[in-house]
Amino acid sequence: MKVHLMYRDQDFYLGGSRQPASADLIQDLDLQTLFDAMADGDKYLLDVAQEAVLVSLHDPNAILYRQEVLVDCIENPEAVWELYAIAVEALEGERKIWGWMSRTYPEGALHRSRDVLGLFFGLLKKIRAFAETRSTEFSSDGFKQLFTMLALELDDEYLRVVEDHLRRLEFRDGALVSATLGEGNRGVNYVLRKPHYVQRTWAERLYESLARLTSDTRSELTYEVHERDEAGYRALSDLRSEGIRNIAASLIQSTDHILSFFGALRRELAFYLGCLNLRDRLTRKGEPVCLPEVEPTEPATFVACGLFDPCLSLNMAEKIVGNDVNAANSLLVMVTGANKGGKSTLLRAIGLAQLMTQCGMFVPAVSLRASLSHRLFTHFRREEDIEMKSGKFDEELDRMNKIIDDAVPNSMALFNESLASTTEREGAEIAQQIVRALKKVQVRVFYVTHMFTLAHGLYQDDKGEALFLRAERRDDGERTFRFQEGEPLATSYGEDLYRQIFETSTTG
Amino acid sequence: MMSREDFLQPLTVQDPAKDMSLFALFESILFLEPDARVIDGCAIPEIFRDLNLDQIVDAVTAGRDEYDLKPFFYTPLASVAAINYRCEVLRDLEDQALAGYVSSFASRMREMRHSLALRDKLYYERQKQRWFLDAVERYCSAVDSLRASLIKADIRSEGLRRFRDWIGCYGESDTFTGLRVETSELLAALRDITYSLHIRGRRVTVSKYGSESDYGADVLNTFAKFSQGATKEYQFDRRLDAEMNHVEAAILDLVATLYPEAFSSLETFCSRHASYLDGTIARFDREVQFYLACLDHVRRFQKTGLPFCHATVSNLSKEVRARNVFDLALAATLLNSRSPIVTNDFYLKDPERIFIVTGPNQGGKTTFGRTFGQLHYLASLGCPVPGSEAQLSLCDRIFTHFERAESVRTLKGRLEDELLRIKHILDCATPNSILILNESFLSTTVNDAVFLSKLVLQKIVDLDLLCVSITFLDELASFGPTTVSIVSNVDPKDPTSRTFKLVRKPADGLAYAIAIAQKYHLTSQDIEARILRTGTQQGAR
Repeated sequence: MKVHLMYRDQDFYLGGSRQPASADLIQDLDLQTLFDAMADGDKYLLDVAQEAVLVSLHDPNAILYRQEVLVDCIENPEAVWELYAIAVEALEGERKIWGWMSRTYPEGALHRSRDVLGLFFGLLKKIRAFAETRSTEFSSDGFKQLFTMLALELDDEYLRVVEDHLRRLEFRDGALVSATLGEGNRGVNYVLRKPHYVQRTWAERLYESLARLTSDTRSELTYEVHERDEAGYRALSDLRSEGIRNIAASLIQSTDHILSFFGALRRELAFYLGCLNLRDRLTRKGEPVCLPEVEPTEPATFVACGLFDPCLSLNMAEKIVGNDVNAANSLLVMVTGANKGGKSTLLRAIGLAQLMTQCGMFVPAVSLRASLSHRLFTHFRREEDIEMKSGKFDEELDRMNKIIDDAVPNSMALFNESLASTTEREGAEIAQQIVRALKKVQVRVFYVTHMFTLAHGLYQDDKGEALFLRAERRDDGERTFRFQEGEPLATSYGEDLYRQIFETSTTG
Repeated sequence: MMSREDFLQPLTVQDPAKDMSLFALFESILFLEPDARVIDGCAIPEIFRDLNLDQIVDAVTAGRDEYDLKPFFYTPLASVAAINYRCEVLRDLEDQALAGYVSSFASRMREMRHSLALRDKLYYERQKQRWFLDAVERYCSAVDSLRASLIKADIRSEGLRRFRDWIGCYGESDTFTGLRVETSELLAALRDITYSLHIRGRRVTVSKYGSESDYGADVLNTFAKFSQGATKEYQFDRRLDAEMNHVEAAILDLVATLYPEAFSSLETFCSRHASYLDGTIARFDREVQFYLACLDHVRRFQKTGLPFCHATVSNLSKEVRARNVFDLALAATLLNSRSPIVTNDFYLKDPERIFIVTGPNQGGKTTFGRTFGQLHYLASLGCPVPGSEAQLSLCDRIFTHFERAESVRTLKGRLEDELLRIKHILDCATPNSILILNESFLSTTVNDAVFLSKLVLQKIVDLDLLCVSITFLDELASFGPTTVSIVSNVDPKDPTSRTFKLVRKPADGLAYAIAIAQKYHLTSQDIEARILRTGTQQGAR
């Protein structure tokens, strides 16, 4: 019984293979803000959100599958929360059932598992009723498949069988156990047996006892522990424990199975609930979100309209400025221009949109058409990373080295002021070498830099497959946080900033 | 001619009337000669502590206490043939497959002993009987599988070939095959018994099993469809005590009543086969552990790249030659602390007999002496020696003279005590003995020490002993044509660090000082060259 809301034919687990540079992504793209918005204070939603966002999909159909399920969720949020609540009730209810779970005391485990099975029995009936009444409201493949499966697997006949087990497991007629002779002629392989006579009528039983009395007396021999033989009684109940070891183990495993099903249901719904939470936060502010149009890895495409950084927006009261990026068939996007002009924000928005696309989520934009990337890397300048053991430039090259270790063709790399911690000539030369090499192996690069030498050099290289963006600055020096396409300019308007700061301080 | 039955009939530990012709086929895997010395109970040789052989033997035999192997290590072999007999077996057992066969034989035998121990310990008769049957079964399978694997194994050594022939005959004998068949039939009969217990309150009803279905499987089957993949299986612990309680014993008696034939056969079996264990098998089981212990020990070092080899031992020549040798006891310590281990080479060519070892303290001098002694001792046991190549001399005895802390307490003066000990050694030594002298005569003046040392050395030369003399007296290094000077080297770049390499060269007390000078490029050569170079640069301008 598979839930399969995250993948058409694959289970979803925590612990999948994440983006190799996940820690850097989290830090550089401020993913924690995104995760927190998805979780809305729920630790479990947080874990699933992290997993789903960082384990990217690489097949456009897989993404489409999730997008459809997500649309169902957006249209029936209460029903989805209700289904989720049943799963949570099962998981939390199970935890609350007290029992003596000791490896040496199968009786206790048996007793507890029987109670757990009782709880699950009720919830399975509930979930079947849900599937019967609500399924018409859903239209995605994922949900249709789930509801069909539930109706089929949990039919009346099956529920009757479960009920029968619940009754038998009370062992009102004692325990029938088979055994063989093991080491030192001690009984081993104790197996609890399903007695033939449980279903018999009293008349049949009477007949059997009479038959037993008249037949070969050696076919059944009885030993009775004396009333005052406490040790003997203990020994006999030990033996009974031995006999029910298997059934206790089987029952625990069975309730584990059911538990794992509820766990899977919860896990696979949790991602979509996270999406709903995030969507609520953004749309309440009036920010646009849309389902992206997904394209295969080549040619490299990133065409966005009204793209914004959702994490920045989540941390601000007012709406933020969206940008257009028109990188159709471009392996390189160079972003230059004024300091504090929103270059880093744009780069983050691109990275976040790409990650969100590749987990089947909506994206923070009016529209987006993006090709898939195998792996995503960020190389952002780390002000705080100045450790004693290595110089800053060493540290940068070390991180770059690790990226190159992990990169594969058709990856995507976001460089934010990379290699700027040395002289511009040295940094630009190395950076150009890197960028040219990456382009050659089909790794998309989005590079934010104030290094004119670098941007200029790459502009000279360009044969129309790169996009050059400049942070806009009006003639009065005011920044708009918008970007224009065009050739890199020689200054980054650092003097603006300088002036702004120093002039305000002199007048103030 | 002797028929197989003739020598197989009396094969029991208890039977003293062993056919002597059987010894011709095989007796011992460790000793070539049938009348091998009685080794059990012999004392630890005196040189063990000086050469750290006690540490080595402790390490080699660790985990094999049940075999009591140490006496074998206390007994060097006297002939080249006896040594080669062991070396050949060792070479065969270096083959992992073959060693594996022997190991699995050993573990079956160990299980057998375990079963017997339980038989002796337990109380209920039917339980004891079953453990005995179990022991015999393990014994049969040990013998059988060893026999089968030896047949297909590539064996070159005389010892193992003879053993293979012997076990081949034993395994086919009527005594053994009869035992094996009876054992397995009886076991099968007991294993086939399946009975049912119906437990209700204080009553338990025992009957033959009536094919009722497994309820646990039924339950599992009902709920398996919820499984989301691999789930862990639950296991409840079994009670660990081997002893039955009286309820179990009572139930077993009822089971025995239900299946009378099997249980009466079991009873007969135990009395008929009380002395099933063959003495030669038991002896092989113990003695072959000597080899496995050696090989296990050696493998620990080989893993880190250290070489071992089978020494070529000669009783005709006193020339010795060894490459990449090391102190096995020290290596064990260094291995534990993951420190690098330095190996050394040495040789003595006729007429050379005596190494005079000098050099800075802590430079590996004593280690060299120990290594030399260990190599010869280990070789005389037929063990692999630590080194890549070794040609050694078969000695009748190794003597050591190391400084002894406790000797200070004797009433005699220290010097006197030392001289007495050396005198005793020289009295006992023959031209085939080896002597390791470590820093003699420290307790007297240098002049005295030189004087005494030279006298002792002359005696050693006269006796034609192979000898390593470790000394601080450079004067001894060029004693005569039979002495060779060996010096522990220092690293010229960093004189404070030791290389632990010992090389043949004249004793040179100045080596250390020169090395320090080299480090700062202040040797006369250096200074000369630097002044000249500076000069030409100046001149070129």
